[in-house]
Amino acid sequence: MKARPYPRWISRLFILLAGVLAVTGFMQMPITKRYYLSDLPGMAWSANFYTVHRVHYVLAALFLLLLGIVAANWFRAWRGKLALTGFGWARIAVVAALVVSGGFRVYRNLPGVTLDPSLVLAIDWVHLIAAVLLGVLALAALIARRSAYAVRR
Amino acid sequence: MGKTKNRDGGVSRRGFLKAMGVGGAGMLLPAAAARAGEPRVPRPSDGELATLLDLSKCIGCGACVEACRESNAHKFPEPEKPFPDLVPSSRAKNEDWSDKRDVDDRLTPYNWLYIQNAEVEYEGESYDINIPRRCMHCQNPPCANMCPFGAAGKQTNGITRIHDDICMGGAKCRTVCPWNIPQRQSGVGLYKDLMPRFAGNGVMYKCDRCYQKLEKGELPACIEVCPENVQTIGPRHEIVAEAKRLAKEMNGFIYGLEENGGTNTLYVSPVPFDEINKVIDKHPLNKPVGKGLGPGKPHMGPVKDVMADETNLATATLLAPVAGIAAGILGLGARLADKEDDDES
Repeated sequence: MKARPYPRWISRLFILLAGVLAVTGFMQMPITKRYYLSDLPGMAWSANFYTVHRVHYVLAALFLLLLGIVAANWFRAWRGKLALTGFGWARIAVVAALVVSGGFRVYRNLPGVTLDPSLVLAIDWVHLIAAVLLGVLALAALIARRSAYAVRR
Repeated sequence: MGKTKNRDGGVSRRGFLKAMGVGGAGMLLPAAAARAGEPRVPRPSDGELATLLDLSKCIGCGACVEACRESNAHKFPEPEKPFPDLVPSSRAKNEDWSDKRDVDDRLTPYNWLYIQNAEVEYEGESYDINIPRRCMHCQNPPCANMCPFGAAGKQTNGITRIHDDICMGGAKCRTVCPWNIPQRQSGVGLYKDLMPRFAGNGVMYKCDRCYQKLEKGELPACIEVCPENVQTIGPRHEIVAEAKRLAKEMNGFIYGLEENGGTNTLYVSPVPFDEINKVIDKHPLNKPVGKGLGPGKPHMGPVKDVMADETNLATATLLAPVAGIAAGILGLGARLADKEDDDES
Protein backbone atom coordinates (compact mmCIF):
# COMPACT_ATOMS: atom_id res chain seq x y z
CA MET A 1 0.00 0.00 0.00
CA LYS A 2 1.28 3.41 -0.92
CA ALA A 3 1.80 5.68 2.04
CA ARG A 4 -0.30 8.79 2.43
CA PRO A 5 2.01 11.53 3.55
CA TYR A 6 -0.73 14.14 3.96
CA PRO A 7 -2.67 14.40 7.23
CA ARG A 8 -4.89 11.45 8.08
CA TRP A 9 -7.83 13.70 9.04
CA ILE A 10 -7.85 15.15 5.54
CA SER A 11 -8.07 11.67 3.99
CA ARG A 12 -10.80 10.57 6.33
CA LEU A 13 -12.83 13.74 6.00
CA PHE A 14 -12.50 13.57 2.21
CA ILE A 15 -13.72 9.96 2.12
CA LEU A 16 -16.54 10.72 4.55
CA LEU A 17 -17.75 13.78 2.65
CA ALA A 18 -17.40 12.14 -0.76
CA GLY A 19 -19.33 9.16 0.57
CA VAL A 20 -22.24 11.08 2.04
CA LEU A 21 -22.32 13.36 -0.99
CA ALA A 22 -22.62 10.27 -3.17
CA VAL A 23 -25.41 8.90 -1.00
CA THR A 24 -27.37 12.16 -0.86
CA GLY A 25 -26.66 12.62 -4.56
CA PHE A 26 -28.26 9.32 -5.43
CA MET A 27 -31.08 10.15 -3.04
CA GLN A 28 -31.99 12.92 -5.47
CA MET A 29 -33.61 10.10 -7.37
CA PRO A 30 -36.99 9.14 -5.97
CA ILE A 31 -35.85 5.86 -4.44
CA THR A 32 -35.74 6.23 -0.67
CA LYS A 33 -39.47 6.00 -0.13
CA ARG A 34 -40.01 3.37 -2.80
CA TYR A 35 -37.35 1.12 -1.34
CA TYR A 36 -38.19 1.74 2.34
CA LEU A 37 -34.88 3.49 3.09
CA SER A 38 -36.82 6.34 4.63
CA ASP A 39 -38.54 3.83 6.93
CA LEU A 40 -35.25 2.95 8.59
CA PRO A 41 -34.75 4.51 12.02
CA GLY A 42 -33.31 7.99 11.69
CA MET A 43 -33.79 8.07 7.92
CA ALA A 44 -37.24 9.65 7.70
CA TRP A 45 -35.65 12.88 6.47
CA SER A 46 -34.56 11.13 3.29
CA ALA A 47 -38.18 11.00 2.11
CA ASN A 48 -38.26 14.77 1.85
CA PHE A 49 -36.68 15.80 -1.44
CA TYR A 50 -36.05 19.34 -0.25
CA THR A 51 -34.28 18.18 2.91
CA VAL A 52 -32.07 15.82 0.91
CA HIS A 53 -31.34 18.59 -1.56
CA ARG A 54 -30.34 21.04 1.16
CA VAL A 55 -28.23 18.46 2.97
CA HIS A 56 -26.43 17.87 -0.32
CA TYR A 57 -25.76 21.62 -0.58
CA VAL A 58 -24.37 21.78 2.97
CA LEU A 59 -22.16 18.74 2.38
CA ALA A 60 -20.98 20.22 -0.90
CA ALA A 61 -19.99 23.41 0.91
CA LEU A 62 -17.99 21.40 3.46
CA PHE A 63 -16.40 19.42 0.63
CA LEU A 64 -15.39 22.63 -1.10
CA LEU A 65 -14.00 23.93 2.19
CA LEU A 66 -11.80 20.85 2.41
CA LEU A 67 -10.75 21.14 -1.21
CA GLY A 68 -9.80 24.76 -0.53
CA ILE A 69 -7.59 23.69 2.38
CA VAL A 70 -5.92 20.99 0.28
CA ALA A 71 -5.42 23.26 -2.72
CA ALA A 72 -3.87 26.00 -0.59
CA ASN A 73 -1.55 23.53 1.09
CA TRP A 74 -0.59 21.98 -2.23
CA PHE A 75 0.48 25.23 -3.80
CA ARG A 76 1.93 26.67 -0.61
CA ALA A 77 3.78 23.75 0.92
CA TRP A 78 3.28 20.34 -0.66
CA ARG A 79 3.99 20.82 -4.34
CA GLY A 80 7.74 20.43 -4.06
CA LYS A 81 7.57 17.47 -1.71
CA LEU A 82 4.74 15.38 -3.11
CA ALA A 83 3.93 13.95 -6.51
CA LEU A 84 0.45 13.03 -7.68
CA THR A 85 -0.12 9.38 -8.50
CA GLY A 86 -1.87 8.19 -11.65
CA PHE A 87 -5.01 7.40 -9.71
CA GLY A 88 -4.59 10.77 -8.01
CA TRP A 89 -4.57 12.63 -11.33
CA ALA A 90 -7.57 10.67 -12.58
CA ARG A 91 -9.64 11.27 -9.47
CA ILE A 92 -8.70 14.95 -9.32
CA ALA A 93 -9.96 15.33 -12.88
CA VAL A 94 -13.22 13.67 -11.94
CA VAL A 95 -13.57 15.71 -8.75
CA ALA A 96 -12.97 18.83 -10.83
CA ALA A 97 -15.78 17.76 -13.17
CA LEU A 98 -18.02 17.22 -10.16
CA VAL A 99 -17.16 20.61 -8.71
CA VAL A 100 -17.67 22.47 -11.98
CA SER A 101 -20.91 20.69 -12.88
CA GLY A 102 -22.15 21.00 -9.30
CA GLY A 103 -21.32 24.70 -9.37
CA PHE A 104 -23.33 25.08 -12.54
CA ARG A 105 -26.23 23.25 -10.91
CA VAL A 106 -26.14 25.61 -7.94
CA TYR A 107 -25.93 28.56 -10.29
CA ARG A 108 -28.84 27.48 -12.43
CA ASN A 109 -30.97 26.97 -9.31
CA LEU A 110 -30.65 30.65 -8.45
CA PRO A 111 -33.66 32.85 -9.13
CA GLY A 112 -33.28 34.87 -12.28
CA VAL A 113 -30.94 32.37 -13.91
CA THR A 114 -32.18 30.43 -16.93
CA LEU A 115 -29.64 28.42 -18.87
CA ASP A 116 -30.18 26.73 -22.19
CA PRO A 117 -31.99 23.42 -21.49
CA SER A 118 -29.41 21.46 -23.53
CA LEU A 119 -26.62 22.87 -21.38
CA VAL A 120 -28.58 22.03 -18.23
CA LEU A 121 -29.07 18.48 -19.46
CA ALA A 122 -25.34 18.15 -20.18
CA ILE A 123 -24.48 19.54 -16.74
CA ASP A 124 -26.84 17.12 -15.01
CA TRP A 125 -25.43 14.10 -16.81
CA VAL A 126 -21.80 15.15 -16.38
CA HIS A 127 -22.46 15.43 -12.65
CA LEU A 128 -24.14 12.04 -12.46
CA ILE A 129 -21.56 10.24 -14.61
CA ALA A 130 -18.65 11.87 -12.78
CA ALA A 131 -20.05 10.71 -9.44
CA VAL A 132 -20.27 7.14 -10.71
CA LEU A 133 -16.79 7.41 -12.23
CA LEU A 134 -15.30 8.66 -8.96
CA GLY A 135 -16.77 5.65 -7.19
CA VAL A 136 -15.34 3.28 -9.81
CA LEU A 137 -11.90 4.91 -9.65
CA ALA A 138 -11.90 4.86 -5.86
CA LEU A 139 -12.77 1.18 -5.87
CA ALA A 140 -10.13 0.41 -8.51
CA ALA A 141 -7.49 2.30 -6.55
CA LEU A 142 -8.45 0.46 -3.40
CA ILE A 143 -8.25 -2.92 -5.10
CA ALA A 144 -4.91 -2.00 -6.67
CA ARG A 145 -3.73 -0.89 -3.22
CA ARG A 146 -2.81 2.49 -4.68
CA SER A 147 -5.40 4.70 -3.06
CA ALA A 148 -3.08 7.60 -2.18
CA TYR A 149 -3.61 10.73 -4.27
CA ALA A 150 0.00 11.79 -3.78
CA VAL A 151 3.21 10.23 -2.55
CA ARG A 152 6.55 11.61 -1.56
CA ARG A 153 8.82 12.55 -4.40
CA MET B 1 -68.84 42.67 -17.25
CA GLY B 2 -65.82 41.73 -15.26
CA LYS B 3 -67.53 40.58 -12.14
CA THR B 4 -69.54 37.47 -12.77
CA LYS B 5 -72.29 37.63 -10.27
CA ASN B 6 -73.44 34.32 -8.95
CA ARG B 7 -76.75 33.06 -10.20
CA ASP B 8 -78.68 30.72 -8.02
CA GLY B 9 -80.00 27.65 -9.68
CA GLY B 10 -79.10 24.15 -10.61
CA VAL B 11 -77.29 24.90 -13.81
CA SER B 12 -73.94 26.60 -13.66
CA ARG B 13 -72.98 29.12 -16.25
CA ARG B 14 -70.27 26.81 -17.50
CA GLY B 15 -72.67 23.92 -17.80
CA PHE B 16 -75.26 26.08 -19.51
CA LEU B 17 -72.82 27.44 -22.05
CA LYS B 18 -71.42 24.01 -22.69
CA ALA B 19 -74.91 22.70 -23.28
CA MET B 20 -75.61 25.50 -25.70
CA GLY B 21 -72.38 24.81 -27.52
CA VAL B 22 -71.03 28.26 -26.96
CA GLY B 23 -67.69 26.79 -26.01
CA GLY B 24 -67.54 24.99 -29.32
CA ALA B 25 -68.61 28.08 -31.17
CA GLY B 26 -65.87 29.97 -29.43
CA MET B 27 -63.37 27.46 -30.72
CA LEU B 28 -64.56 28.07 -34.22
CA LEU B 29 -64.15 31.80 -33.87
CA PRO B 30 -60.80 32.19 -32.28
CA ALA B 31 -59.22 34.64 -34.64
CA ALA B 32 -61.98 37.20 -34.57
CA ALA B 33 -62.42 36.92 -30.85
CA ALA B 34 -58.74 37.11 -30.21
CA ARG B 35 -58.18 40.06 -32.45
CA ALA B 36 -60.84 41.99 -30.59
CA GLY B 37 -58.53 41.96 -27.58
CA GLU B 38 -55.48 42.64 -29.72
CA PRO B 39 -53.28 39.90 -28.33
CA ARG B 40 -49.75 40.07 -29.56
CA VAL B 41 -47.85 36.96 -30.49
CA PRO B 42 -44.56 37.18 -28.62
CA ARG B 43 -41.27 37.10 -30.47
CA PRO B 44 -38.21 35.08 -29.42
CA SER B 45 -36.50 38.34 -28.54
CA ASP B 46 -39.14 39.03 -25.92
CA GLY B 47 -37.29 36.80 -23.45
CA GLU B 48 -39.20 35.36 -20.54
CA LEU B 49 -42.90 35.29 -21.31
CA ALA B 50 -45.77 35.30 -18.87
CA THR B 51 -49.50 34.94 -19.20
CA LEU B 52 -52.16 37.00 -17.51
CA LEU B 53 -55.56 35.51 -16.74
CA ASP B 54 -58.28 38.00 -16.00
CA LEU B 55 -60.66 35.90 -13.93
CA SER B 56 -63.36 38.55 -14.08
CA LYS B 57 -63.77 37.63 -17.74
CA CYS B 58 -63.78 33.84 -17.60
CA ILE B 59 -67.21 32.34 -18.18
CA GLY B 60 -65.99 28.78 -17.75
CA CYS B 61 -67.08 27.72 -21.22
CA GLY B 62 -64.32 25.12 -21.42
CA ALA B 63 -63.17 26.14 -24.90
CA CYS B 64 -59.60 26.42 -23.63
CA VAL B 65 -59.76 22.93 -22.18
CA GLU B 66 -60.90 21.46 -25.47
CA ALA B 67 -58.40 23.48 -27.47
CA CYS B 68 -55.59 22.36 -25.20
CA ARG B 69 -56.53 18.73 -25.76
CA GLU B 70 -56.70 19.15 -29.51
CA SER B 71 -53.50 21.10 -29.79
CA ASN B 72 -51.53 18.68 -27.66
CA ALA B 73 -53.18 15.39 -28.62
CA HIS B 74 -50.09 14.30 -30.53
CA LYS B 75 -48.07 14.53 -27.32
CA PHE B 76 -50.38 12.38 -25.22
CA PRO B 77 -49.06 9.01 -24.05
CA GLU B 78 -49.94 5.76 -25.76
CA PRO B 79 -48.90 3.25 -23.12
CA GLU B 80 -48.10 -0.37 -23.75
CA LYS B 81 -50.04 -2.84 -21.66
CA PRO B 82 -49.68 -4.82 -19.54
CA PHE B 83 -47.60 -2.54 -17.37
CA PRO B 84 -44.45 -3.84 -15.68
CA ASP B 85 -44.99 -5.40 -12.26
CA LEU B 86 -43.28 -2.76 -10.18
CA VAL B 87 -40.99 -3.63 -7.30
CA PRO B 88 -41.84 -3.37 -4.49
CA SER B 89 -45.51 -3.70 -5.34
CA SER B 90 -46.51 -2.37 -1.94
CA ARG B 91 -44.91 1.00 -2.67
CA ALA B 92 -44.68 1.45 -6.41
CA LYS B 93 -48.03 1.64 -8.16
CA ASN B 94 -48.80 1.95 -11.82
CA GLU B 95 -50.82 5.04 -12.69
CA ASP B 96 -53.06 4.62 -15.69
CA TRP B 97 -55.15 7.37 -17.21
CA SER B 98 -55.29 5.85 -20.68
CA ASP B 99 -58.80 4.52 -20.09
CA LYS B 100 -59.92 7.79 -18.51
CA ARG B 101 -58.90 10.18 -21.25
CA ASP B 102 -62.18 12.06 -21.11
CA VAL B 103 -61.70 13.21 -17.53
CA ASP B 104 -61.70 17.01 -17.63
CA ASP B 105 -62.41 18.01 -14.04
CA ARG B 106 -58.80 17.75 -12.96
CA LEU B 107 -55.28 17.59 -14.37
CA THR B 108 -54.30 14.27 -15.94
CA PRO B 109 -51.68 13.19 -18.49
CA TYR B 110 -54.44 13.73 -21.08
CA ASN B 111 -55.85 16.93 -19.64
CA TRP B 112 -53.29 19.64 -19.02
CA LEU B 113 -55.79 22.40 -18.34
CA TYR B 114 -59.06 22.37 -16.47
CA ILE B 115 -61.39 24.87 -14.90
CA GLN B 116 -61.98 25.25 -11.21
CA ASN B 117 -65.01 27.03 -9.92
CA ALA B 118 -65.35 29.19 -6.83
CA GLU B 119 -68.57 30.67 -5.58
CA VAL B 120 -67.47 33.41 -3.23
CA GLU B 121 -69.25 35.97 -1.11
CA TYR B 122 -67.12 39.09 -0.84
CA GLU B 123 -68.02 42.51 0.46
CA GLY B 124 -71.71 41.80 0.18
CA GLU B 125 -71.61 40.49 -3.36
CA SER B 126 -71.67 36.99 -4.78
CA TYR B 127 -69.09 36.00 -7.33
CA ASP B 128 -68.92 32.95 -9.53
CA ILE B 129 -65.25 32.73 -10.40
CA ASN B 130 -63.96 30.32 -13.02
CA ILE B 131 -60.27 29.59 -12.93
CA PRO B 132 -58.40 27.91 -15.78
CA ARG B 133 -55.72 25.83 -14.03
CA ARG B 134 -52.55 24.47 -15.52
CA CYS B 135 -48.82 24.69 -14.90
CA MET B 136 -47.84 27.99 -13.30
CA HIS B 137 -44.51 28.04 -15.19
CA CYS B 138 -42.56 29.25 -12.16
CA GLN B 139 -39.75 31.69 -12.64
CA ASN B 140 -37.52 29.37 -10.61
CA PRO B 141 -39.24 26.02 -11.11
CA PRO B 142 -38.41 23.36 -8.51
CA CYS B 143 -39.60 20.62 -10.88
CA ALA B 144 -36.83 21.58 -13.31
CA ASN B 145 -34.22 22.41 -10.69
CA MET B 146 -34.65 19.16 -8.83
CA CYS B 147 -35.25 16.67 -11.63
CA PRO B 148 -32.35 14.21 -11.23
CA PHE B 149 -32.14 13.48 -14.94
CA GLY B 150 -32.61 16.93 -16.44
CA ALA B 151 -35.87 15.79 -18.00
CA ALA B 152 -37.70 18.88 -16.82
CA GLY B 153 -36.22 22.17 -17.87
CA LYS B 154 -37.05 25.82 -18.07
CA GLN B 155 -36.56 27.49 -21.43
CA THR B 156 -35.32 31.01 -21.82
CA ASN B 157 -38.81 32.03 -22.96
CA GLY B 158 -40.18 31.06 -19.55
CA ILE B 159 -41.73 27.73 -20.50
CA THR B 160 -41.03 24.82 -18.21
CA ARG B 161 -41.18 21.62 -20.23
CA ILE B 162 -40.88 17.96 -19.37
CA HIS B 163 -39.09 16.02 -22.08
CA ASP B 164 -40.97 12.78 -22.48
CA ASP B 165 -37.99 11.00 -24.04
CA ILE B 166 -35.85 11.51 -20.92
CA CYS B 167 -38.43 11.45 -18.13
CA MET B 168 -38.40 8.30 -16.00
CA GLY B 169 -41.74 9.01 -14.35
CA GLY B 170 -40.44 9.03 -10.80
CA ALA B 171 -42.94 11.82 -10.09
CA LYS B 172 -40.47 13.80 -8.01
CA CYS B 173 -41.53 16.87 -9.98
CA ARG B 174 -45.11 16.36 -8.83
CA THR B 175 -44.00 16.09 -5.22
CA VAL B 176 -41.77 19.16 -5.24
CA CYS B 177 -44.19 21.28 -7.26
CA PRO B 178 -46.01 23.55 -4.81
CA TRP B 179 -49.18 22.87 -6.78
CA ASN B 180 -48.49 19.20 -7.62
CA ILE B 181 -49.15 19.94 -11.28
CA PRO B 182 -47.40 17.20 -13.34
CA GLN B 183 -49.34 13.97 -13.75
CA ARG B 184 -48.00 10.49 -14.42
CA GLN B 185 -48.83 7.91 -17.02
CA SER B 186 -47.25 4.49 -16.56
CA GLY B 187 -46.29 2.20 -19.41
CA VAL B 188 -44.53 4.78 -21.56
CA GLY B 189 -41.07 6.26 -21.74
CA LEU B 190 -37.43 5.50 -21.21
CA TYR B 191 -37.86 3.39 -18.09
CA LYS B 192 -39.39 0.62 -20.15
CA ASP B 193 -36.04 0.16 -21.92
CA LEU B 194 -33.97 0.13 -18.73
CA MET B 195 -35.13 -1.63 -15.59
CA PRO B 196 -38.89 -1.21 -15.85
CA ARG B 197 -39.71 -3.14 -12.71
CA PHE B 198 -37.12 -1.50 -10.50
CA ALA B 199 -36.63 2.12 -11.59
CA GLY B 200 -39.04 4.68 -12.96
CA ASN B 201 -42.73 4.41 -13.62
CA GLY B 202 -43.69 6.18 -16.83
CA VAL B 203 -43.63 9.79 -17.91
CA MET B 204 -44.89 12.99 -16.31
CA TYR B 205 -47.12 15.31 -18.32
CA LYS B 206 -48.22 18.88 -17.94
CA CYS B 207 -48.83 22.09 -19.85
CA ASP B 208 -45.89 23.10 -22.05
CA ARG B 209 -47.64 26.28 -23.10
CA CYS B 210 -47.93 24.98 -26.66
CA TYR B 211 -44.23 25.57 -27.28
CA GLN B 212 -44.63 24.22 -30.81
CA LYS B 213 -47.12 26.96 -31.62
CA LEU B 214 -45.06 29.71 -30.02
CA GLU B 215 -42.07 28.58 -32.06
CA LYS B 216 -44.14 29.15 -35.18
CA GLY B 217 -45.22 32.57 -34.03
CA GLU B 218 -48.68 31.42 -32.98
CA LEU B 219 -50.51 31.84 -29.71
CA PRO B 220 -50.93 28.90 -27.32
CA ALA B 221 -54.20 27.14 -28.08
CA CYS B 222 -55.95 28.12 -24.85
CA ILE B 223 -55.23 31.78 -25.46
CA GLU B 224 -56.06 31.73 -29.14
CA VAL B 225 -59.42 30.04 -28.70
CA CYS B 226 -60.79 31.94 -25.71
CA PRO B 227 -63.97 33.77 -26.73
CA GLU B 228 -63.64 36.15 -23.79
CA ASN B 229 -59.97 37.02 -24.16
CA VAL B 230 -59.33 35.90 -20.63
CA GLN B 231 -55.64 35.33 -21.27
CA THR B 232 -52.87 37.55 -22.51
CA ILE B 233 -49.29 36.53 -23.17
CA GLY B 234 -46.23 38.72 -23.43
CA PRO B 235 -42.89 39.66 -21.94
CA ARG B 236 -43.09 39.19 -18.19
CA HIS B 237 -42.39 42.80 -17.29
CA GLU B 238 -45.26 43.92 -19.54
CA ILE B 239 -47.58 41.27 -18.15
CA VAL B 240 -46.74 42.18 -14.56
CA ALA B 241 -47.41 45.85 -15.30
CA GLU B 242 -50.69 44.95 -16.94
CA ALA B 243 -51.69 42.68 -14.04
CA LYS B 244 -51.05 45.48 -11.58
CA ARG B 245 -52.96 47.95 -13.69
CA LEU B 246 -55.87 45.57 -14.03
CA ALA B 247 -55.89 44.74 -10.32
CA LYS B 248 -55.91 48.42 -9.49
CA GLU B 249 -58.69 49.07 -11.94
CA MET B 250 -60.95 46.36 -10.55
CA ASN B 251 -59.74 46.83 -6.97
CA GLY B 252 -58.71 43.21 -7.23
CA PHE B 253 -55.96 40.81 -6.38
CA ILE B 254 -53.04 39.11 -8.10
CA TYR B 255 -51.90 35.51 -7.75
CA GLY B 256 -48.51 34.50 -9.08
CA LEU B 257 -46.61 37.69 -8.48
CA GLU B 258 -45.00 36.50 -5.26
CA GLU B 259 -46.08 32.88 -5.05
CA ASN B 260 -43.07 30.57 -5.14
CA GLY B 261 -40.91 33.60 -5.77
CA GLY B 262 -42.96 34.57 -8.82
CA THR B 263 -44.57 32.59 -11.59
CA ASN B 264 -45.07 33.19 -15.27
CA THR B 265 -48.79 32.67 -14.86
CA LEU B 266 -50.53 35.60 -13.21
CA TYR B 267 -54.17 35.54 -12.18
CA VAL B 268 -56.10 38.71 -11.48
CA SER B 269 -59.35 38.36 -9.57
CA PRO B 270 -61.92 40.73 -8.10
CA VAL B 271 -62.01 38.65 -4.92
CA PRO B 272 -59.10 37.66 -2.65
CA PHE B 273 -57.41 34.40 -3.53
CA ASP B 274 -57.64 33.31 0.09
CA GLU B 275 -61.41 33.31 -0.33
CA ILE B 276 -61.14 31.43 -3.60
CA ASN B 277 -58.81 28.90 -2.06
CA LYS B 278 -61.26 28.21 0.75
CA VAL B 279 -63.99 27.03 -1.56
CA ILE B 280 -62.34 25.42 -4.58
CA ASP B 281 -62.16 21.65 -4.86
CA LYS B 282 -58.46 21.14 -4.33
CA HIS B 283 -55.63 19.09 -3.00
CA PRO B 284 -54.82 20.52 0.44
CA LEU B 285 -51.80 22.78 0.65
CA ASN B 286 -48.65 21.16 1.99
CA LYS B 287 -50.25 17.75 2.20
CA PRO B 288 -47.96 15.10 0.75
CA VAL B 289 -49.02 13.51 -2.49
CA GLY B 290 -50.29 10.09 -1.61
CA LYS B 291 -50.63 6.93 -3.59
CA GLY B 292 -53.01 6.46 -6.46
CA LEU B 293 -53.60 8.79 -9.33
CA GLY B 294 -52.31 11.92 -7.66
CA PRO B 295 -54.16 15.04 -6.62
CA GLY B 296 -54.55 16.87 -9.95
CA LYS B 297 -56.53 19.68 -8.34
CA PRO B 298 -54.16 22.49 -7.39
CA HIS B 299 -54.86 24.87 -4.54
CA MET B 300 -54.70 28.63 -4.72
CA GLY B 301 -53.15 29.31 -1.35
CA PRO B 302 -50.02 31.26 -0.49
CA VAL B 303 -46.75 29.60 -1.50
CA LYS B 304 -43.39 30.62 -0.16
CA ASP B 305 -40.31 30.49 -2.38
CA VAL B 306 -39.53 26.79 -2.08
CA MET B 307 -36.00 27.28 -3.45
CA ALA B 308 -35.16 30.09 -1.00
CA ASP B 309 -32.99 27.90 1.23
CA GLU B 310 -31.02 26.70 -1.78
CA THR B 311 -30.54 30.31 -2.82
CA ASN B 312 -29.08 31.11 0.59
CA LEU B 313 -26.95 27.99 0.64
CA ALA B 314 -25.53 28.90 -2.75
CA THR B 315 -23.64 31.68 -0.99
CA ALA B 316 -22.20 29.11 1.38
CA THR B 317 -20.93 26.99 -1.52
CA LEU B 318 -19.23 30.08 -2.90
CA LEU B 319 -17.64 31.15 0.39
CA ALA B 320 -16.60 27.68 1.55
CA PRO B 321 -13.65 27.18 -0.82
CA VAL B 322 -12.46 30.71 -0.12
CA ALA B 323 -12.55 29.97 3.60
CA GLY B 324 -10.73 26.70 2.94
CA ILE B 325 -7.99 28.44 0.99
CA ALA B 326 -7.62 30.98 3.77
CA ALA B 327 -7.39 28.22 6.35
CA GLY B 328 -4.81 26.40 4.22
CA ILE B 329 -2.74 29.54 3.84
CA LEU B 330 -2.83 29.94 7.60
CA GLY B 331 -1.37 26.46 7.88
CA LEU B 332 -4.35 24.23 8.66
CA GLY B 333 -3.50 20.67 7.64
CA ALA B 334 -0.17 21.68 6.17
CA ARG B 335 2.06 19.41 8.18
CA LEU B 336 3.09 16.32 6.29
CA ALA B 337 3.81 13.11 8.16
CA ASP B 338 7.44 12.33 8.79
CA LYS B 339 8.79 9.83 6.30
CA GLU B 340 9.03 7.08 8.87
CA ASP B 341 5.49 7.55 10.23
CA ASP B 342 3.60 8.03 6.96
CA ASP B 343 -0.04 7.11 7.26
CA GLU B 344 -0.37 3.54 6.05
CA SER B 345 -4.12 3.44 6.37
